[in-house]
Amino acid sequence: MRDVGAIGLAVFAVGMSFGAIGVASGLPAWAVITMSLVVFAGGAQFMAVGLVAAGNPFAAVFAGLLLNARHLPFGLAVADAVGTSWRRRLVGSHILVDETVAFTMAQPDPASRRRAYWLTGATLFVSWNIGGVLGVLLGEAVGDTDALGLDAAFPAGLIALLLPSLRDRQTRDVALAGALVAVVTTPLLPAGLPVLLALSGLLLMRRRPGRLAC
Amino acid sequence: MLIAVIVALAVGTYAFRLAGVVLHDRFDLPAPLRRMLPLAAAALLAALAGTAALTESGAFAGVSRPLGVAVGAVLAWRRPSLLVRSAARSIAAMAGRSGRPVGEAGAGGGAPFVVVVISAAATAALLRLAGVP
Repeated sequence: MRDVGAIGLAVFAVGMSFGAIGVASGLPAWAVITMSLVVFAGGAQFMAVGLVAAGNPFAAVFAGLLLNARHLPFGLAVADAVGTSWRRRLVGSHILVDETVAFTMAQPDPASRRRAYWLTGATLFVSWNIGGVLGVLLGEAVGDTDALGLDAAFPAGLIALLLPSLRDRQTRDVALAGALVAVVTTPLLPAGLPVLLALSGLLLMRRRPGRLAC
Repeated sequence: MLIAVIVALAVGTYAFRLAGVVLHDRFDLPAPLRRMLPLAAAALLAALAGTAALTESGAFAGVSRPLGVAVGAVLAWRRPSLLVRSAARSIAAMAGRSGRPVGEAGAGGGAPFVVVVISAAATAALLRLAGVP
């Protein structure tokens, strides 16, 4: 339970930086807040804001959905904890994120799995969106968010979120190769394309049953 | 256009989530795809972090931002040294709080997320204040 509180606080902080960075990149406040409510997936939201601001909405949708495709296998893994009634499935699916899955999988029996899923999901949804609104207000109040270094906060936050999965060697190889390709091609290609080219890092994938990040 | 992006993202993301939950009993993702999706997500996020840290509109972003990001990354990777932690504790104690600092149980083996993000921003902001581009 205490862990859920800690992760809620962390997600609140990320949500806030998303809100502030969203308005700093030129998106209207309603768009930033709506996105947090209806998409509710941090990585994809940051990606979308960055690529929309860069003028490539197609890449924003494509990269965001590619990023969120991982929710399908996550859903397969925690479906029993979500519940069997349609009401539970329809509502519960929306609060399925990386952290909900991680906390649910850590529980030993069906009853505590279900409790963990709904408690974590609801906590994160609330803290993510309250954080987002406060971030939007902060971003609008400050105006020049670069003076506060918020442009550095976003990549640093992404790296912090990514680090645990980089302990797996194959994931690390693929991710670093992808990042290198994207950075090197950024001066040469239209916005959005370099990030998608990072998928070429998958060529390093070996045919062994590596440990899964989920 | 912006609305279209948000709706497409929301509908697609929800469809992925619901599909997994509903198909639970009837469907097993092919093993290679199952292995590939987390890797693809890691590659995309790493690329986003790399380009956002180093570039701005296709050109080098200047020194302050990458240095700020580097400070944050190091903190996320390694917990701050005992010195920093005890300093943080004594500050907390002076502020009248006892016990562990807020967010200590944060992500991974590194510093709490809030510390990572604030350190990165503060580093970049201070460097800019000092006139570094």
